[in-house]
Amino acid sequence: MTHDAERKLILPSYRRDDVDAHPPLLSPGYRSTVARAPQQPLTYLPQRLTEVTGPLLGEGRLGELDHDLTRQHDGEPLGQRIIVHGRVVDGDGCAVPHTLVEIWQANAAGRYRHAADTWPAPLDPNFTGVGRALTDADGRYHFVTVQPGAYPWRNHDNAWRPAHIHFSLFGRAFTQRLVTQMYFPGDPLFSQDPIFNSVRDERARQRMVARYDHAATRPEWALAYEFDIVLRGREATVFEDEDDDE
Amino acid sequence: MSESLGVTPAQTVGPYLHIGLSWPDGPYVVPEGTPGAFWLRGRIVDGTGAAVVDAMVESWQADPDGRFDHPDDPRGARPSAVPGFRGFGRSETDTEGRYALHIVKPGPLPTFDGDTEAPHLTLSVFGRGLLHRLVTRVYFSGEAANATDPVLRTVDPQRRDTLLARPATDGFQFDIRLQGEHETVFFAV
Ligand SMILES: [Fe+3]
Repeated sequence: MTHDAERKLILPSYRRDDVDAHPPLLSPGYRSTVARAPQQPLTYLPQRLTEVTGPLLGEGRLGELDHDLTRQHDGEPLGQRIIVHGRVVDGDGCAVPHTLVEIWQANAAGRYRHAADTWPAPLDPNFTGVGRALTDADGRYHFVTVQPGAYPWRNHDNAWRPAHIHFSLFGRAFTQRLVTQMYFPGDPLFSQDPIFNSVRDERARQRMVARYDHAATRPEWALAYEFDIVLRGREATVFEDEDDDE
Repeated sequence: MSESLGVTPAQTVGPYLHIGLSWPDGPYVVPEGTPGAFWLRGRIVDGTGAAVVDAMVESWQADPDGRFDHPDDPRGARPSAVPGFRGFGRSETDTEGRYALHIVKPGPLPTFDGDTEAPHLTLSVFGRGLLHRLVTRVYFSGEAANATDPVLRTVDPQRRDTLLARPATDGFQFDIRLQGEHETVFFAV
């Protein structure tokens, strides 16, 4: 052990994201960022043990029906039933297996089951709007839910959020932690939404838009959308035999 | 090396994060009654000094022996000797912007270049108005190892104390200032 402790640690390292990969923290079109975005530049942190490890949360966090938001109550929720599925992969396209995926969303009328959401759209007694799943060995996840409605907010005049589902992902390391939103293709509300448009790069923005998946659409049952999520990938490993001190 | 795929962009958790992300056991990095456990508490304020009442803090840390039960720790994954140790905590802020995490003090850690990191936790802050999580670190004031910690050493000495938790009645206090005077140091990882 003493000898081990003296040897250099070989850690995996995760590629840093491009400047345009994520929205700038200060995006004044989204008014809440103005008083909340830090003003000092971020300090560069080399990835060490704490950053390249992370919580590996598993089955213990899941109930049997957590992936099916249409079966969590006595009756079925109102709205268009949909399947949302896809893969969680890293930047090299490698599956991220057995990782927790958490989602939450508004109901078909665009209302969240949340004390702070009080706009005049109905709650649905048969819809909570919360789901959890673990990816399988190939990084696949699968939810059944209803199409969320658009909802108004007070950011600007006549502001409406495009329909979306919030996604939370852990990956396998602290550096891979990601919270994002999944949008639906062709939404007419994109053009006026400062949160969607806070991602400045058009191609990056399109990575948040699910694809209508006719092959996975189930006849006389549910429309399907495919949404793949890309977490950051690892740098090539530096092997110990490249270390001339050994 | 194959060309890498672009990552999925981050988006805010929005004001209704609680419905999706609340866990009843979220704050318990270690179970209640764990010997040596204490509360890490703090308040999040924005640039106007207002409490941030719709945010969430997540923590990640080594166990008291400085070990992780994780396959990418090159020393080997090792379940903690502390029963029920999860390493991970999650706490939403309350109506006064306060969060609370029930933790044990992590051990010091070796680094890839032969240094030692002082005991610390890493924190992510999510919230309405935060388009991407903010990352910071919590160190413990009065810890001798802080003087030689490789991360603290790189931080502007004027701002270093924003990373230090201070002793409080039932543990430690670590406030987070998102913006303005005494802005907390946030990291790019
Ligand atoms: Fe939302």
